[in-house]
Amino acid sequence: MSHGSDIKSLVWGGVLLLLAACVPLVANGYWMSIALTIAMFTVLATSWALFSGPTHYISLATAAFFGVGGYLVGTGMSDYNMGFWTMVVIAPIVGAVLAFLIGIATLRLSGVYFVIFTLGLAEMIRTLVSWIQNNFTGSRGLYVLTDLTEEDIYIYLLIVAAVVYLAGWWVNRSRLGFALRIIGSDETVASHVGINTATSKVILFTFSGFVAALVGVLIAPRYTYIEPNGVFSPEISFIVVIMALLGGTGRLWGPIVGVIPFALLQEFINAYYSNYSMLVLGIAFLVIVYFLPNGVVGRIEQALAKRRRSTW
Amino acid sequence: MVARVLSVVNATKRFGGLVAVNNLSFEVKRDEVMGIIGPNGSGKTTVMNLISGALRLSEGAISLDGQYISTLKANQINQRGISRTFQLVRVLPGLSVVENCMAGMVFGHHRLWGEQLSYEAGKLLDRVGLSGQKSKPIGSLTFIDQKRLELARALASGPKLLILDEWLAGLNPTELEKGIELIRSLREEGITIILVEHVMNAIRSLCDCCIVMAEGSKIAEGTPDEVLADPEVVKVYIGEDL
Repeated sequence: MSHGSDIKSLVWGGVLLLLAACVPLVANGYWMSIALTIAMFTVLATSWALFSGPTHYISLATAAFFGVGGYLVGTGMSDYNMGFWTMVVIAPIVGAVLAFLIGIATLRLSGVYFVIFTLGLAEMIRTLVSWIQNNFTGSRGLYVLTDLTEEDIYIYLLIVAAVVYLAGWWVNRSRLGFALRIIGSDETVASHVGINTATSKVILFTFSGFVAALVGVLIAPRYTYIEPNGVFSPEISFIVVIMALLGGTGRLWGPIVGVIPFALLQEFINAYYSNYSMLVLGIAFLVIVYFLPNGVVGRIEQALAKRRRSTW
Repeated sequence: MVARVLSVVNATKRFGGLVAVNNLSFEVKRDEVMGIIGPNGSGKTTVMNLISGALRLSEGAISLDGQYISTLKANQINQRGISRTFQLVRVLPGLSVVENCMAGMVFGHHRLWGEQLSYEAGKLLDRVGLSGQKSKPIGSLTFIDQKRLELARALASGPKLLILDEWLAGLNPTELEKGIELIRSLREEGITIILVEHVMNAIRSLCDCCIVMAEGSKIAEGTPDEVLADPEVVKVYIGEDL
């Protein structure tokens, strides 16, 4: 990758971000709400793909970190009189520490074992939090009352998105990014060319945990009332995976290509056929696995490469 | 005095009740090519995995240049100067030919990056005979070219000791001749080599000395001509009575 194309992609990213920042100026309440959902899943899916894209380790623990963010800000503000911004600082750190520990614990797992472990762990945390809430902190309900509007939250999420894209851009052109690609290709070879596979994986997994928890805190004021079963819902993890895979994880901007149409589709389904939302999720998953294993972006690049070859 | 690069002392590896390597000791001297031969299942690849850090010893010790490496991880051992190829060729799918080669240069003690990395990787690919293939995807490489590429990756980290685990297996006679020539030239550059091989011509023409393994133990040691004449060795390879 040349230096020139790097700078070009930075400039493009900056322009698109500025355009996205103009959305609150034109969107009404309904579209603003959809834009907020898109921003939220863009950050979650992109940071998920930073780790899972190159390494092919499919994590279903996003809900655990997202939930930790949402739950901590709820219990912090309702049970311990903490301020919202204090929790914005604390919760992501807790998310990162949790991701770090899960990362260490799952180092020896690969393939389907890693997937199942992360799913089971996320479910365990959800149950544990419900149990703590029922037995110790009381069922007073967790309120996140702030005077933040959806527009404010949207702008905060855009800032986080910008940071995630910058981090991804940096990782992709660093030794760390190259190491992750080699790990994803053949982990045994990776360790035999001098890569500390454990450290490389844990760094990225920790970062994705930090980001997911941060999103969990920032989005909480939108819901006002936090319910552990809601913020820790495994559906969040599944949707993030589906969106990222739909777009394609081979490129930094791949996930957002999946996030936008899928968020719109979900909005449509929820509005008109809300009983079938799980069915749509399942069908989407099948379609991706069978027809778009490298995502939309992967398919487009494949087609372009084919055309280039044939005109050669 | 000839310096030892590698010494393996009383190495034992058990998998549950199976003893794959049993109390094995040998040394590799600087600038020599040490051959390891033996029938399938005699534990040769397990020994290579123990040396490279893919597996941990159950008992015994391995040292490189006088320093114990048997408790280190594969990546640390690679950084100390041991690199290898694999018995079943392992190139990195999803990466281009030149990236496969670069993989060996970025994380070892060279830690190359940027323009120097591309330059050195290109030079090394020329060296192993892959000049015309640099930007190709891995899938389009022939078997011998995949083997060349794996060798390039192993050489890329600038090893003191190179382990070639049946690197010549599966090559046709012409390719074999080229392969032997390539290994010989590496040796002349001062790389110490362990050659695990079934191709006896290669053992005879390349190795200074070799050991023979059977059922996890060393049954003979010496120059290729000596060990191949040893009745014990003939027995494990061909059987007792013909």
